[in-house]
Amino acid sequence: MPAGINFNLNGNEMLYTGSPEARLLDVLRDEYRMTGTKCGCREGECGACSVIIDGKLANSCLVAMGSIDGSGVTTIEGYSKTARFAALDKAYESVSAVQCGFCIPGMILASECILAATPHPTEDEIRTGISGNLCRCTGYNAIVKAIGIAAEEGDGLW
Amino acid sequence: MKPISKSVPKIDHCAKTRGLAEYVCDYDATGMLYGRILRSKHAKADVLSINLPAMPEGYDFIDHRRIPGLNRVHIVQDDTPVFAERTVEYIGDPIGIIVGPEEREVDRLLACIEVEYDILTPEFDARKSPVAFFEYGYEKGDIAIAFAHADRIYEESFETGRQEQMYLETNGMIAEYAQGKMLVHGTMQCPYYVHTAVAEATGLLPEDVIIAQDVTGGGFGGKEDYPSVLACQAAVAAYVTGKPVRVVLSRREDVEFTSKRHPAFCDIKAAVKDGRVTAMQIEAVYDAGAYTTMTPVVLQRGVIAGGGVYSIENLKVKGEARKTNTVPSGAFRGFGGPQMFFAVEMMMSHIAKDLGEDPLDFKLAHTAKLGDATSTSGMHHFNVPLPAMMDEVAQACDYRRKKEAYADQQGRLRKGIAMSAVYHGAGFTGIGERDIIKAVVRLRKDKDGYAEILVANTDIGQGLSTAFTKIVAQELGLPFDRVIIKLPDTGRVPNSGPTVASRSVMVVGELLRRAAARLKDEWLDGEEQVIEERYVHPDFMITFDIDKFQGDAYPTFSWAATAVEVEVDTFTGDIRILGAWGSYDIGTPIDENIAVGQMEGGLVQSLGYGMMESIAAVNGRIRNNSFSDYLIPTAVDFPAVDVSLHVEEYPEGPYGAKGAGELPLVGGAPATIEAIENAIGVKLSKTPFLPEDVVKALY
Ligand code: FES
Ligand code: FES
Repeated sequence: MPAGINFNLNGNEMLYTGSPEARLLDVLRDEYRMTGTKCGCREGECGACSVIIDGKLANSCLVAMGSIDGSGVTTIEGYSKTARFAALDKAYESVSAVQCGFCIPGMILASECILAATPHPTEDEIRTGISGNLCRCTGYNAIVKAIGIAAEEGDGLW
Repeated sequence: MKPISKSVPKIDHCAKTRGLAEYVCDYDATGMLYGRILRSKHAKADVLSINLPAMPEGYDFIDHRRIPGLNRVHIVQDDTPVFAERTVEYIGDPIGIIVGPEEREVDRLLACIEVEYDILTPEFDARKSPVAFFEYGYEKGDIAIAFAHADRIYEESFETGRQEQMYLETNGMIAEYAQGKMLVHGTMQCPYYVHTAVAEATGLLPEDVIIAQDVTGGGFGGKEDYPSVLACQAAVAAYVTGKPVRVVLSRREDVEFTSKRHPAFCDIKAAVKDGRVTAMQIEAVYDAGAYTTMTPVVLQRGVIAGGGVYSIENLKVKGEARKTNTVPSGAFRGFGGPQMFFAVEMMMSHIAKDLGEDPLDFKLAHTAKLGDATSTSGMHHFNVPLPAMMDEVAQACDYRRKKEAYADQQGRLRKGIAMSAVYHGAGFTGIGERDIIKAVVRLRKDKDGYAEILVANTDIGQGLSTAFTKIVAQELGLPFDRVIIKLPDTGRVPNSGPTVASRSVMVVGELLRRAAARLKDEWLDGEEQVIEERYVHPDFMITFDIDKFQGDAYPTFSWAATAVEVEVDTFTGDIRILGAWGSYDIGTPIDENIAVGQMEGGLVQSLGYGMMESIAAVNGRIRNNSFSDYLIPTAVDFPAVDVSLHVEEYPEGPYGAKGAGELPLVGGAPATIEAIENAIGVKLSKTPFLPEDVVKALY
């Protein structure tokens, strides 16, 4: 029986000793009290619970703790300390892309994954990149625009 | 654009992008009890007995017998029980609540409860239901004469579906009862609605009940009535147990058991003389579901929309809301309007095509003008800018060229384009603002010269707190950061009315503007000052008689012209939206980005209403209760929608602003359905229209 699950969370080494079956979403929210990661469905359908695991966007409600041993996890709490976040944040702000905000932490992390893969994405690439993140408020126009602005203004960051 | 329209950073932006905004589900639940609702499994039945499993220490089950106050949730009427007493009226009707410290154990116990039912015969078809909760109607002109003299008479029936709000944050409440005081906070649109309901259900004095809004993850009407139900249930449990109780619905629970847009059936008979519509007789049936919730007001708005945006001299409109044993229908952006506008818009297009005229020209020829009578014999007191707006949209989408190009298609993929014209009556219907709501707002200036906005209206994502702050800052001539607005709680803010009916900016915003203007006049450095403003009814209005449905139902209207272009695959039935264009007159936008964002989001929801979103209730059971089977638009379903603002200032609104939020949801569905109809060449009469419907229509 291993002593626990080792993983990196927002730059900090963590040892998790609870059940390997627990969902990452619940552990983040309930045990670590990091509530920036939202729960919209618990079924992997909405993207509100998006986090970045080893550079890839993942729905944390479908991630078992046992599967992240040795991985690096970034949540909005960690990401919001970065220069890349600052560029995205400013871009989202400039077009008022945030309405109710419930999708937004996940959306920002999805934006990061788009730009990390494609620093100058087309509109189609942006839309595909956020297609797993539902937003009921904005109709996506402003979010798509914001990601495009961040790519321009934050040139060199990605 | 006016200076105020220039966009500023939204004041809730930073907290939301950083994940710091605290929604009800984000509160630390340590020391709280988790609550789960026991719900009826049958659409209509008598509950004979409830057999509980052995309850571990600290766990409790509470049903109607332990409600300290009245077993009713006051909404408009009082028929919704907190917990069913004997008869359950829909699948999901709450019977009781189980609470305890461990969420999993609460779930396990809930699954072990055995309820014995005597199953009764339910009614699922609103058209056949013998129980009419409400019936409204009115008449103007003389339809008998108009029909007698008609060159042609058209008759058609239309149908609109059950749409789910699908806000990203599910409903949730936390109730705490200590030292005789009840605090309930959670996700909601209308703190004072919840306040009245909780005071009655707990039997507490109004002053001992405080309702506070948490950051709210979208509402769209879905958090207008339902939060009162959930708050009463949580409050009763907190009262009985003496512990804080937290109830947050799962997605499936939220979709299945909270209120939705009323499905509707609408029969229209129209008389045409010399190529113009001279009379319409409209009979609508709205499916209210099991309890009345917001239905009377929804139906009123629907009935008033009879005749659409057109001046039709002879009009007879009747609407009924009938009871069925399905989840209660309630408020959803547009609030009864989308159903009626869909029917009228389709009818007008069908008549136009039969007469050989382009629907756009036909609609333009009938559009109401300044000074014309409204459907309820009130008056259009202000310019109706629709002709200009329809022209703008026609230019933007290249309507006329495409119309011609798509006239005769033979291939597998066929395109179609269409345009709708609709309005949304801004503010409460009739004399509601004057006689029922009676809004009060306050501004409090502290010694250091900071002004705090005290209102009960909620920012549910639509940008209201930013809009209010801008209005007050502008009027006071203060920098933005000297104006404070916090989440409302009924212990601190006066009742400025609910956040509904696209009234908040137009009505409450104007009261705040007046308060700010007065504060500026009476400003005393270094002193605390409180300024209060109360609603004043515009004196130009023709008083609305709610019994006869006569007079000005709304002081003014917000207008929309919406065009949709589709491509339909005649083999698979697949419908692709190629473009959607909207011109919206919401008066002066208080913030351009916010206004455009509202229009874009609403337009996309209305495209969903047209071609995606359909709750399937089979024998009262909602089959699609998750994101995987109730599809809402994703970022790749539609191309970027093209929204523009057409400003027709309203002198009684702040800086000329009118109602905004609901308008964009009204016009998308009829434009979508007519575009599909134009593409496939088959007359259509229902929304939403899904690929399987296309295939059925074609083969
Ligand atoms: S909460 Fe994980 S995808 Fe919805
Ligand atoms: S901002 Fe509300 S869901 Fe995206």
